[in-house]
Amino acid sequence: MSKMITLTIDGRKITASEGEKLLWVALENGIYIPNLCAIKENNRLSASCRLCFVEVEGLAAPVTSCTLPVSEGMVVKTRSPRVDRLVQTAFELLLSHHRLECSSCSKNGSCELQKIAKERGLKLRVKRFKPLDYETEVDDSPKTFVFDRSKCVLCGRCIWICRNIAKVGAIGFSRRGLERVVSTFGDVPLAESPCTECGLCVEACPGAALARVQA
Amino acid sequence: MNSASIGDFYAEIKSKADAKVDALKEKPVVWIGTATCGKAAGAMEVKEAFEEAIKNSGLDAEVKEVGCMGYCYAEPLVIISKPGFPDICYGYLDEGLANRLVEDFLMNDDPCFEYALVALETNDYFPTFSDFPRGVYEEKIILEHCGFIDPGDIDHYIAREGYASLAKTLRMQPEEVIREMKDSKLRGRGGAGFPTGVKWETCSMAAGEPKYVICNGDEGDPGAFMDRNILESNPHQVIEGMIICAYAVGASRGYLYIRAEYPQAILRVKQAIQQAREKGLLGDSIMGSGFNFDLEIFQGSGAFVCGEETALLSSMEGKMGIPQQRPPHPAVSGLRGKPTVLNNVKTLCYVPPIIRKGADWFKSTGTPESPGTAVFSLVGKVNCTGLVEVPMGTTLRNVIFDVGEGIPEEKGFRAVQIGGPSGGCLPESALDIPIDFDSLQEAGAIMGSGGLVVMDEDDCMVAVARYFLEFTQHESCGKCTFCRLGTRQMLDLLTKITKGEGELSHLEILRELAEDIKGGSLCNLGKTAPNPVLTTLRYFKDEYEAHINKRTCPAKMCPDLIVYYIAPEKCSKLCNVCVGSCPTEAVYTREDGLKAIDQEKCVKCNNCLKTCPPEYNAVVKLSPPELLKEKEGNLS
Ligand SMILES: Cc1cc2nc3c(=O)[nH]c(=O)nc-3n(C[C@H](O)[C@H](O)[C@H](O)COP(=O)(O)O)c2cc1C
Ligand code: SF4
Repeated sequence: MSKMITLTIDGRKITASEGEKLLWVALENGIYIPNLCAIKENNRLSASCRLCFVEVEGLAAPVTSCTLPVSEGMVVKTRSPRVDRLVQTAFELLLSHHRLECSSCSKNGSCELQKIAKERGLKLRVKRFKPLDYETEVDDSPKTFVFDRSKCVLCGRCIWICRNIAKVGAIGFSRRGLERVVSTFGDVPLAESPCTECGLCVEACPGAALARVQA
Repeated sequence: MNSASIGDFYAEIKSKADAKVDALKEKPVVWIGTATCGKAAGAMEVKEAFEEAIKNSGLDAEVKEVGCMGYCYAEPLVIISKPGFPDICYGYLDEGLANRLVEDFLMNDDPCFEYALVALETNDYFPTFSDFPRGVYEEKIILEHCGFIDPGDIDHYIAREGYASLAKTLRMQPEEVIREMKDSKLRGRGGAGFPTGVKWETCSMAAGEPKYVICNGDEGDPGAFMDRNILESNPHQVIEGMIICAYAVGASRGYLYIRAEYPQAILRVKQAIQQAREKGLLGDSIMGSGFNFDLEIFQGSGAFVCGEETALLSSMEGKMGIPQQRPPHPAVSGLRGKPTVLNNVKTLCYVPPIIRKGADWFKSTGTPESPGTAVFSLVGKVNCTGLVEVPMGTTLRNVIFDVGEGIPEEKGFRAVQIGGPSGGCLPESALDIPIDFDSLQEAGAIMGSGGLVVMDEDDCMVAVARYFLEFTQHESCGKCTFCRLGTRQMLDLLTKITKGEGELSHLEILRELAEDIKGGSLCNLGKTAPNPVLTTLRYFKDEYEAHINKRTCPAKMCPDLIVYYIAPEKCSKLCNVCVGSCPTEAVYTREDGLKAIDQEKCVKCNNCLKTCPPEYNAVVKLSPPELLKEKEGNLS
């Protein structure tokens, strides 16, 4: 067992095991920090969505809480003007490459993007930036779900689950830059890939990129 | 380990090397620069011409290849050594000049001074490096032997004290080596300037076996070629640095990560590794010391981001070259999870001289916080392009106007872009800041890996910022939100501005985005990508405003904001070159004989402006395009 330590988050004293990542300590104590790509069991940290910034006393700039091990006496603030600004920009950037149609979306009400917007008072629309073109083609080859890349935020949770829990490995990241996508090997439709339609990826998806086919 | 036997080992290889090199001094030798820059300028043809001419002359003379001396603007270059004469360097060689030098200099005793650039030793007839401003400002530590030794022959390096530092190292304790490196305050030359000794110490103390040493020769910055040149011109100094590092941290294997686009560098390093093995300087029990270490080349064919250390390691492990969260740093958990020192080519090159001459000697050059020298590839609108090595603390002005001998065609200086695509554009007012890691950072630029691009009055700073951002945006791996989407949003805004479709509010969005991408990205590609935009916004805001408010490109470079116009009062009527030069038949002859441009057809290729003879200079660019109406109005 690792050593227990005490830290302060938003003025609250919290006990946690030393070295655990701050994001999980906060979430498990009911303190919300926006996040999309973090997976507690994954040792190879993704740290790619850039939404979980916090301020830590003694550090010059905001840091991502998913990568920060907690230590004795650490003093954390989950909100500050600098944190809010980074989160707002990252969030708006994600939305600028997203098919925004909340009212008709199957995840309306259970979407994690909506949750972030609600928790942080952010708008679900793109104001400062130009909406970028997204891929419109939807992979509806599986019987039980569809894969709609126009709603994918590239968090990679589906990939991790597919590889490490389902132990199938049907999907992975491919291509670079703005073209980065989740895809099957050789870009074939999911039905032609090793996918077993176990559905774990659908559970893992924070939005509606992977969504059950409505019965 | 037996210190005396290491000394004997070295004495023996040294005396053999000396004998070989001394033998060359008995006869004339033509040393021809055949690094990539020389080859591109035709060095191989020149080499053949020399060989042919020497064969025909019946002389006992040799032709040998060397790397690059750094005077790239004057390639192909040769150095001729002939007993009884100082070694003399000639530039702008071609086959004719090669024949002439053989006939006049080698066969007779006329050194053809009219073609000589510089003599390498003090003499009574011809100036040496120290007689030129460049020689006064330059101080060579890592380029010292580049261009003067045959990179394909290990003995040439050994004869110049090569591997003496390794012999010394093997008789020191690893901790002593690390202490010396820490004392020297050497900072990594791969861009970030991290203290090398500290990195080595971290790796030496980290748990895990085997440990690795990796040389980062990915060099992906457009316009940068320092690392390539060093690997092509003096690979052994890098290899010696790696072996010393391996001994200090306890590593048993090393890799040189070199991009596959550098075939000549790969060839030279391959030869060098082979020869070092044959001499007992790599492999088992190096110099009989009992210390084992061997090296391999890893050819990178990845993107720019593969130069980032965690992406580089991923790509070596066969995964996608995508950056990872740090810590853990590679020194603790690197290649295949083992402690790994990753250093830049140049960083490793400093190691042998530091060990041989000591930390205090090293610190006597440069500034207290950035000791040693800075190596730049000086390119762009500057007379003497090439590889430059100056003490840290030298001003940008000295580098551009003294070493580089200023701007061609008496044009005005506009900016210098330093640090590659993630560096900054600095204006005239920043020319007197000293070049060192911290001063550049303060000015908004970075040392980067050493690209130095000079720009003149014809370069539009908005277009330049856009150009660099286009590069980084294209090279973003796409993993993290800010860099993937943010750089694209910035690029779109810059494109709008260069097209005259910008709004003042865009400048605020640009700045906010730039700051957020800097603060929020995962790796240093994203964290530094906004630098060209932030610096141009800081130093050249008026140019942005001119594009937005007046739809004017002050440098007359942005195609959407200029038109070409032939001034009737200057046009000669009789000359037809502009008409002939136009690929789209936009330039035509009017009834009165004057030339004019059909704007509908003009594609702004600049041909007419270039070809109009200087005595007329009738073709001009107008910005904003609306000026054309005024001009044409005056005409009628
Ligand atoms: C996008 C990117 C590209 C890089 N490219 C190179 C490169 O081509 N060569 C290099 O030595 N370092 C490069 N670096 C820096 C490396 O990550 C690393 O810091 C360096 O190799 C460490 O060596 P040093 O301590 O000797 O400077 C790059 C970094 C980034 C973020
Ligand atoms: S900053 Fe850019 S290059 Fe670096 S991890 Fe993020 S997306 Fe990839």
